[in-house]
Amino acid sequence: MSKSVSKEKSMIIQKEMIAGLLKELGNAKETGKKVVYTFVPGNISELILAFDMLPVYPEINALQSGMRKKSEGFILDAEKLGHSEDVCTYVKCDVGMMINGNIGPSGEKIPAPDLLLLSYTGCFTFMKWFETLKRLYPNVPVALLHTPYQEGHKITPEMTQYMVKQLKEEVIPKMEKVSGNKYDEEKLKKILANSSKVEETIIKIFDTTKNRPSPIDAYFAGVYYIGPINNGFRGTPEAIDYYNELYKEIMDRVHNGLGPITPEGEMEKERFRLVVEGPPNWTHFREFWKLFYDMGAVIVASSYTKVGGVYDMGFRVNPDKPLESLADYCMNCYTNLNLEQRVELLSKCITDYHADGFLVNSIKSCNSFSAGQLMIMQQLERRLEIPVGFIESDLVDPRYFSYANIKNRLESFFQMLEQRKLILE
Amino acid sequence: MEALNDIIKKCNELAFDLNFTRAKEWKKQDNSRVLVGYMPIYFPREIVHAANGLAVGILGGGDKKQIIKGDAYYQSYVCHMPRGIVELVLDNHLEDFDGFIFPSICDVIRNLSGMFQLFGKGKFVKYMDFPQNFLPEVGGEFYKSELQHILNEIKKINNIEVTPERLQKSIDLFNKNRKLTEEIYNIRSEFPWRITAADIYNIVRAGFVIPVEEHNDILEEVVNLLKVENGEPHDKIRVLVIGAFCEQPPLSLIKTIELAGCYIIEDDFLLGSRWIKGDINTTKYSPLDSIVRAYLEQSTFSSSVYDVDNPKEGRLLTQLKERNVDGIIFAAPSFCDPALLDHPILQKACDDNNVRYISFLYSENTGQFKVIKEQVGTFSDSIKLWA
Repeated sequence: MSKSVSKEKSMIIQKEMIAGLLKELGNAKETGKKVVYTFVPGNISELILAFDMLPVYPEINALQSGMRKKSEGFILDAEKLGHSEDVCTYVKCDVGMMINGNIGPSGEKIPAPDLLLLSYTGCFTFMKWFETLKRLYPNVPVALLHTPYQEGHKITPEMTQYMVKQLKEEVIPKMEKVSGNKYDEEKLKKILANSSKVEETIIKIFDTTKNRPSPIDAYFAGVYYIGPINNGFRGTPEAIDYYNELYKEIMDRVHNGLGPITPEGEMEKERFRLVVEGPPNWTHFREFWKLFYDMGAVIVASSYTKVGGVYDMGFRVNPDKPLESLADYCMNCYTNLNLEQRVELLSKCITDYHADGFLVNSIKSCNSFSAGQLMIMQQLERRLEIPVGFIESDLVDPRYFSYANIKNRLESFFQMLEQRKLILE
Repeated sequence: MEALNDIIKKCNELAFDLNFTRAKEWKKQDNSRVLVGYMPIYFPREIVHAANGLAVGILGGGDKKQIIKGDAYYQSYVCHMPRGIVELVLDNHLEDFDGFIFPSICDVIRNLSGMFQLFGKGKFVKYMDFPQNFLPEVGGEFYKSELQHILNEIKKINNIEVTPERLQKSIDLFNKNRKLTEEIYNIRSEFPWRITAADIYNIVRAGFVIPVEEHNDILEEVVNLLKVENGEPHDKIRVLVIGAFCEQPPLSLIKTIELAGCYIIEDDFLLGSRWIKGDINTTKYSPLDSIVRAYLEQSTFSSSVYDVDNPKEGRLLTQLKERNVDGIIFAAPSFCDPALLDHPILQKACDDNNVRYISFLYSENTGQFKVIKEQVGTFSDSIKLWA
């Protein structure tokens, strides 16, 4: 790793945005701002912002701890409390961090929550996670927003109604009580109008991978691109500016016929175009990315960047129906789609972005993604006659990242892709 | 106790018949009958019964089925039960089933419902999204719409309208079933030498695959037989086993715990059959609303249910006291997220209250019990010697 990470202007902007939020969180007790812990999938951050509260995302803290090589110690501390080796390592990493003083990955102390907003989609473990958090913060109220699964391939009126009722009866009253502010629907509508603009830009950004070479990597860089909408900036003017700047930069690359920028430098020759399913490994993120860079493999679409919202199939928030819109947004997150919908979405990505292959990074402790991935692979292979590959790692437990095994499997996969290209030619 | 032994033998054969022969025979007797398979934990079987159907518990392949094809569908770090269920599907054990219900237990079972959709099995596949909001006008309304959805699906098959009268009759039968099951557990608690935990398991599990009317007859006979003294107490500790609410422990594991010096007085095996505590009361609401209310207000505690305002620790400790239990065995299937995420919370409650416990993992097809026997034996001895 001799080269330093190359930074684009948008990356610097994003870094400043996140640093600003962390600073605000650090001063929350002094400024009197209330702090809400919540999750990325189904993050109704617009509502949190409408009450002038600040969001904290435990799983983002965990992934940041993983990237900064702090997660292993936290996980071991949680296991000493009786947490199993088998369960979600995000949970254990955060529990470990909290019992060690709640010092965040970047060194700032994360303020204790004033409200635990259990809004989760497509992940049962999140519910159990907040039961654990409730024991760590026994005096903090929990507001639950249960998101029904899209088991029948559609959102029914009953599902939306159930969620809206929960927002009205459970979530909003608790937010009013904690924040001391009344619910202001007009304010929420304005914030949602910003979200809607951002959604449009995000779609355009991820659509640029239709180009050859693709100007972006929609997985490794993609997780940075979705940072602001998943990290407290949904519905903010800053998010609009950030995504506009990002889109401008990417379009410049398209016009200049350039490939993606990576930590190793610019990808000069695009050899393979892939669609990837599942979260990345965070503890060895750069090494992991480099494996693809070395092979000339660009990810043209990934499911993980849709974990905080799927817009590809046409969903946009509607500011005129704010609560219904929040409900539908939650139900449209990637892991809240059933397997057949996931197959259809991935199939569309493979076709639209002209991918050469499909790869699964299966995460040991994330059944929300992992259970069913082998069937997804079978389906895609059968329907599209496309080569499929499979690797395994974990979110933030470095004990489950085996560089040699992953490299071996990837090399075999790329050989398969190479041979197929030769045959097709 | 020849009569009791005969019943247990018959129940064992029914319970572990992976071809579901009795259920399929029952269906063949009438063209309007339907079979609806449901995965572990709770499902209100009353509604299927009222629609002239039989809700059949599908609990996996256990240690009775070699898993070959199922392994191709799940990574090594996913629990064993779903791969057993996939093996049953691919080996055509579930032919003749009209529909499948997947209660919201965890992410694995949720995605298993999607796999069944892709397999194209049954005339309907329903992921049963039990509400995690327990307000009648919020979660209750949603739950009712989920139940109605299932009734609509069955009606499409057999055109039977579920009237309040039909549903009332079904509720009465299942109330009786729950009452008799609880009575057996109560007798067991008072006279644990009269019947083993493994035998109770066989008897209760048989009820997952046969009509409730037949099961009620069996339970009634068992209760009558157990009222008569049939043995003498052994020097064993009284334990509660928790964590096995979904993937079932192999029968030999239950036997091993008892052979190692324990009476299993309370457990969460086959939890669905005991999920609703007490009768479903239909005097205040319509029968369907009464089923909804019972779920919201009379559910037992389980790792699959959101639990912050009604803490599970307190209820576990109460259960411990009511059943006069000496210690707890935390036995969960490997990779079972809900159970394993509960264990630190429950174990802390045990630590804080000086309750003795041990913990181990199993799979539905675990075949080696020596280590578990030694661990449980040591646990039992330590309580006998030092408690």
